[in-house]
Amino acid sequence: MGHKTWPRRQQLDSEFIVGIDLGTTNSALAYCDSAAALENARIEVATIPQVVNPNEVADRTLLPSFLYIPGDMDFPKGSLSLPWEAEPKFVIGELARKRGAESPGRLVASAKSWLSYAGANRTAPILPWQAPEEVSKLSPVEVSSQYLQYLRTVWDAHHAADGKGYALAEQDVFLTVPASFDEEARELTRRSAEQAGLQRVTLLEEPQAAFYAWLESQGDTWRKRVKVGDLVLVCDVGGGTTDFSLIAVSEENGDLSLKRVAVGEHILLGGDNMDLALARLLQQKLEVEGRHIDTYQLQGLWHQCRSAKEYLFEHAKSQKQDVTLLGKGRKLVGGTIKTELVREELNRILVEGFFPKVASGEMPARQRRIGFQELGLPYAADAAVTKHLARFLSQQVQNSPESANIRRGRNGLACPTHVLFNGGVMKAGMLRERLVEVLNSWLTEEGFEALGPQNVLDAPDLEHAVARGAAYYGRARRGQGVRIRSGASRTYYIGIESAMPAVPGMEAPLKALCVVAFGMEEGTEALIPDREFGLVVGEPAEFRFLSSTIRKQDRVGDLMENWGSEIEELSPLEVTLALEGQQGTVLPVRLESRVTEIGTLELWCASRDGANRWKLELNIREKSGQ
Amino acid sequence: MIGFSRRLSFAFRCFFSLLFEGTIPQDILRTLTNSDAEVVSIPSKAAPQAQKVAGDQLMPESADRAVQMLALLQRDGRLVDFLQEDVSSYPDGQLGAAVRSIHISCRQALERYMKLEPILSSEEDHPVTVPVGFDPAAIKLVGNVAGEPPIRGLLRHRGWRVAAVTLPSMPVGSGRAIVAPAEVEIP
Repeated sequence: MGHKTWPRRQQLDSEFIVGIDLGTTNSALAYCDSAAALENARIEVATIPQVVNPNEVADRTLLPSFLYIPGDMDFPKGSLSLPWEAEPKFVIGELARKRGAESPGRLVASAKSWLSYAGANRTAPILPWQAPEEVSKLSPVEVSSQYLQYLRTVWDAHHAADGKGYALAEQDVFLTVPASFDEEARELTRRSAEQAGLQRVTLLEEPQAAFYAWLESQGDTWRKRVKVGDLVLVCDVGGGTTDFSLIAVSEENGDLSLKRVAVGEHILLGGDNMDLALARLLQQKLEVEGRHIDTYQLQGLWHQCRSAKEYLFEHAKSQKQDVTLLGKGRKLVGGTIKTELVREELNRILVEGFFPKVASGEMPARQRRIGFQELGLPYAADAAVTKHLARFLSQQVQNSPESANIRRGRNGLACPTHVLFNGGVMKAGMLRERLVEVLNSWLTEEGFEALGPQNVLDAPDLEHAVARGAAYYGRARRGQGVRIRSGASRTYYIGIESAMPAVPGMEAPLKALCVVAFGMEEGTEALIPDREFGLVVGEPAEFRFLSSTIRKQDRVGDLMENWGSEIEELSPLEVTLALEGQQGTVLPVRLESRVTEIGTLELWCASRDGANRWKLELNIREKSGQ
Repeated sequence: MIGFSRRLSFAFRCFFSLLFEGTIPQDILRTLTNSDAEVVSIPSKAAPQAQKVAGDQLMPESADRAVQMLALLQRDGRLVDFLQEDVSSYPDGQLGAAVRSIHISCRQALERYMKLEPILSSEEDHPVTVPVGFDPAAIKLVGNVAGEPPIRGLLRHRGWRVAAVTLPSMPVGSGRAIVAPAEVEIP
């Protein structure tokens, strides 16, 4: 597995370095001008004009990741016009979110979660999920692409008016994805960026971006906050998803170096669940008093609960906050319903419900498997963030080649030395304290000292941290700043059918050949040894493609059998060998894998002499039986 | 002394009436002042003036803008619903709960679309000097009004001035007369 030089398109550095946080509930864009002396180049958060009410365009720094498909009956004519487009086909941003609450059938929300859900056909028009028939639907890839295209239009209106200047398509764009995204979801994200016309895109994991944002905020002093052997837990709880990563601090050539050593699963659990839980509680309270709350009022209650929650989190001394639902129609005062959110309830529902004190061995409840499960997003079955964290930290003990970099306790739990919080939910001091408290109980049990306030790294501006961090990363790639080394977040395999006599009704048993080892670093490649495949020139060949988040010990070239549920099948890889004058001949090829600098994974077939190479492409399609 | 709910309703109505028409509604003046004679004397001066303004300067555009402001306060704060409701029968507790909510949202709407600032920045009930050439529209002298400026006096009300209006673009066509659309839920 030596280093070779690969043919690479030479490009000049772009004028701007752009970081885009394509979030589940909110998106943001940050940038810095690379023409300024790089060290002084400030990272700015862009304002994103959007329709916030009919006839009203306002500047925001976040673009809610909501898309509403308006029909003729939705808005007065002309009331959606944007400075750059008189009659947009879709409403994107704040108004989409608001209007979607009134008319959910035409709203696309959480497109990003759909992008990572293999149970759905992600390139087919399936969103809005359960939309009325006359609505023309979009695929999860198209929706993500629409958000990016919106950001591109906003950028170009500002930086490249009249086709001159610095169009976003020509800038280096650093686009973030959850660390838990597998190769398929990353590939689909890349495609959506391509569809949006972005040509110079590099993917970056969100928890890493959050860590970069912290590095940016620290300047050079970060070296004083962490030391060799430290292990930073990045805990990112956003509006819709929860994502964990571990970053290890080690030494290289006498300087501190950072490496992302573990990523968690994709957990669909976030702030929206929490606000809804509070709204349901108040709904029950009101119903006990004999008040009926309809769906529309529940929406209002949801919104009010969010404000009341934020108030109570900010004002530690207040014991309760009023929640008022004004009457509908003209009976405003007469129909007003008043209740209150009491601190005890907030503690019980949010702190105890979502962040309970649990032992490190308590795993989240498994996903329900019901015969007629309604097809939709696989929301987390267990709402306890701390249990998901317990699973994450205990999973890291299993066979990781990075184990040397992971501090572990006497029971084998991965034991972080620092915590970095990210995501809107973690703005609440009480929740941060609770999470540290639970973590500390585990650390003590594992024989380590509890974390103090100096061990909690505080990233400023949680809402824009990921976008800022992405821009910082772009700058770091140009040599100005620290980079986190990271590699493949999973192990990948090619399926090989065993040569056995066919048995009717039984598939030939499948073996898995490891082609990418867990942790394989960016910018490196591997040759799969001792194995050649005979492919017919000019005919498409298909390889079954599998991955595992659990089997971290497998090395390239290892052949697995009987892996139980540890390995999952992804969409197949396809390749057609094209070779002048060789149509129909069988050509022996070897497989090579690469993890690219732009954060993607590539598999190549190479002829025996190495003179010809063909890239395998993921053929993402709906899987049967899901 | 009139009840809390009526006082509140009066306050809101006076605010908008002053903002858009430059007058205080007659019935409020009548209720607030004890003697009928005074009431008669004030509108007799104010009324023709207000009409004149309406005739000469209040272009259709600004009338639409007034409707728009009202529509925004209704959309975000349900203000029109509130003013149009007969609140006399509700207990103060019920009214208070609604008003708190309306107050917060109307205030936010006002902050969003209109930047208000006091005309004089000194503390109320502290002495101030009214300069030479002051604008009587901006500073109203009350009490023993005599002599020449600069005049010393006590600041009783700091006044309000609109520093900036940031209203969104106007709805087109019939939308301009709409304060709040009727809502129909399709089951």
